[in-house]
Amino acid sequence: MGYVAVKGGAEAIEASIERLKYERLRKGLTLGVDAVEAGMRALVDQVMSEASLYDEAMAALSIKQAEGSPEEAVFLMRAFRSTLPRSYYSLAIDSRAMRVERRISASFKDIPGGQILGASCDYTHRLIDSGLLEETDEEAALWVAAYLANAAAESSPPASAAPMPGAIAGAIDYIRAIGLLKARPIDDAEPRDVTKRSIEFPASRSERLQILARGQTGAVTALGYAALRGYGATLHPTVGELRVGRVAVYVPNPYSSEEGGDAGDAYYVGEIRITAVETLVPVSVRRGMGKTEIEFEIGFGASFGQNETKAIAMSLLDQCLESGDKRSAVQDEEFVLLHVDSVEATGFISHLKLPHYVTFQSKLDSVRKARGEK
Amino acid sequence: MSPKSLYNFAFFDEGSKRELRRAILKAVAIPGYQVPFASREMPIARGWGTGGLQLTLSLVGKDDVLKVIDQGADESVNAVSIKRLVKGTTGIRTTEDARDATIIQSRHRIPEFSLARGQILVLQVPMPEPLRFVEPSEYATKRLHAEKEYSGAYLALFEEIMKYGRVSTGADHPVLVNDRYVMAPSPIPRFDNPKMNRSKALILLGAGREKKIYAVPPFTKVASLDFEDHPFEVEAIAGRKCRKCGAEGVFMDEIVDEASGASDYQCNDTSFCGASRVI
Repeated sequence: MGYVAVKGGAEAIEASIERLKYERLRKGLTLGVDAVEAGMRALVDQVMSEASLYDEAMAALSIKQAEGSPEEAVFLMRAFRSTLPRSYYSLAIDSRAMRVERRISASFKDIPGGQILGASCDYTHRLIDSGLLEETDEEAALWVAAYLANAAAESSPPASAAPMPGAIAGAIDYIRAIGLLKARPIDDAEPRDVTKRSIEFPASRSERLQILARGQTGAVTALGYAALRGYGATLHPTVGELRVGRVAVYVPNPYSSEEGGDAGDAYYVGEIRITAVETLVPVSVRRGMGKTEIEFEIGFGASFGQNETKAIAMSLLDQCLESGDKRSAVQDEEFVLLHVDSVEATGFISHLKLPHYVTFQSKLDSVRKARGEK
Repeated sequence: MSPKSLYNFAFFDEGSKRELRRAILKAVAIPGYQVPFASREMPIARGWGTGGLQLTLSLVGKDDVLKVIDQGADESVNAVSIKRLVKGTTGIRTTEDARDATIIQSRHRIPEFSLARGQILVLQVPMPEPLRFVEPSEYATKRLHAEKEYSGAYLALFEEIMKYGRVSTGADHPVLVNDRYVMAPSPIPRFDNPKMNRSKALILLGAGREKKIYAVPPFTKVASLDFEDHPFEVEAIAGRKCRKCGAEGVFMDEIVDEASGASDYQCNDTSFCGASRVI
């Protein structure tokens, strides 16, 4: 009977929560938060990126609590983020000043500073390694020591072990120098924080980039893929440069005499690892007299941690939304920006599991009336 | 780090609460107008009442008494969950009696007891935009509201009359507030729409996922959209009697007996049903 479903909610909830705990612990093993942080770097990065909260320890704890579900872990992080007072905005971070760990260009073989492959799955064969079944902490420690010793002996140390002096110029600079990039005025307008003010359309580019950067990896990838297949992009884009590495974060000195703070006396608060991508998208431009030329536009993508597919997809969507052309859905900012957020999408879809007794009864009433029943 | 130490009274930091209260004040000042606000992610899922919850948490003080209803029931799983969260982060008293509460957060019902001055009814809203099914673009609907251009809303009702011979809206039948803004009353049954008109209690509506807050201040005129020759109609309740307490003239759940297949009715508002049985 209907009544059973409604009453006794409190006890049923308690029992359900107990059962969830049982499912997490039933095999008699607990997952160490440090083990999550150490061994699930990709998931930690994905969760921090979608949560738009850079905190590896909290992400690892959320992943443990969520039993590894990214959507749940992101949800926990976002809800926690809501409770943190926002005291400062950092100074703008220039990804050129990055301590680069990985840096590739698909456009040029020879780029100033060279291609740095860094750590990536791109060059592995996806064969399951049964050797990992027997890996031990002792072996791991030995291997790491040997790896570091070997690296120190060679001329170029691994980027993570020693800071890379100086910044590497962007690969894009070359194309800009030879005049193939559409000149754009520098826009240093203060970004609008989408988490402090709800977005209104048309959105500014800063708002778009924020929403894409915190978008659900799968959703951003799917829409970027759609753009690449022809719902948006008409010509094949190329990764001008993809870089992964560490950037320093500074907050302005509140007593600084300069408006907006001066980089010179700003406070260093730490460094974060990010992925940054510049994609070159060829576009045809009408020059009049029936003449068409090809020119490049840049799409920009960035994310906390190493999330390369998402960052590239984001760069494609950035260009699609900048183009102003609205022929396909991925060029429509309301369509893209309102549907890529993990917490919003999973929340609204899961709300379909809530009781709809009243609303359904009301609809039933109009259906019956329309059919002339009593 | 213990879980308690991570969170403030009523979950939010004080700055966030103040920001929400500012949006509420604006909503009260412009009845029926959807005020955009920086909706926070909450410990419950988007679509599960985060808009209502943010309103409640920004308003709640130590002396408040809270009632939470989900589709008429205090003990429904989500109502229990929301109540637990507010209680857990504030320690305030909760109640099932609508007359006893200072704040009533509800999903899709207005209590059968008429609300009094000083009470606040917080309604959870999934789709705050009454024109959304006429016009999918937010950019466009904002302009329609600004220009008070509501022919689309009426046209949608007219089309239903053409197709089905009558207006066939279910819950969430649009209303005109203070003769100015067309508003989604949230998916309350049509039966509850008239309760909004000149309500003594302040009605606040919150849509977390869609990031909008709007309000019907006390004693504001609220009229359901209709036509002179097709007046607004509530759901049929005539002849229906609660099988538990015998109440009539209230919104009923339809209960199908598994054995006989016959329909029976009982009060949808579970706390009202209990009360009228005691009296």
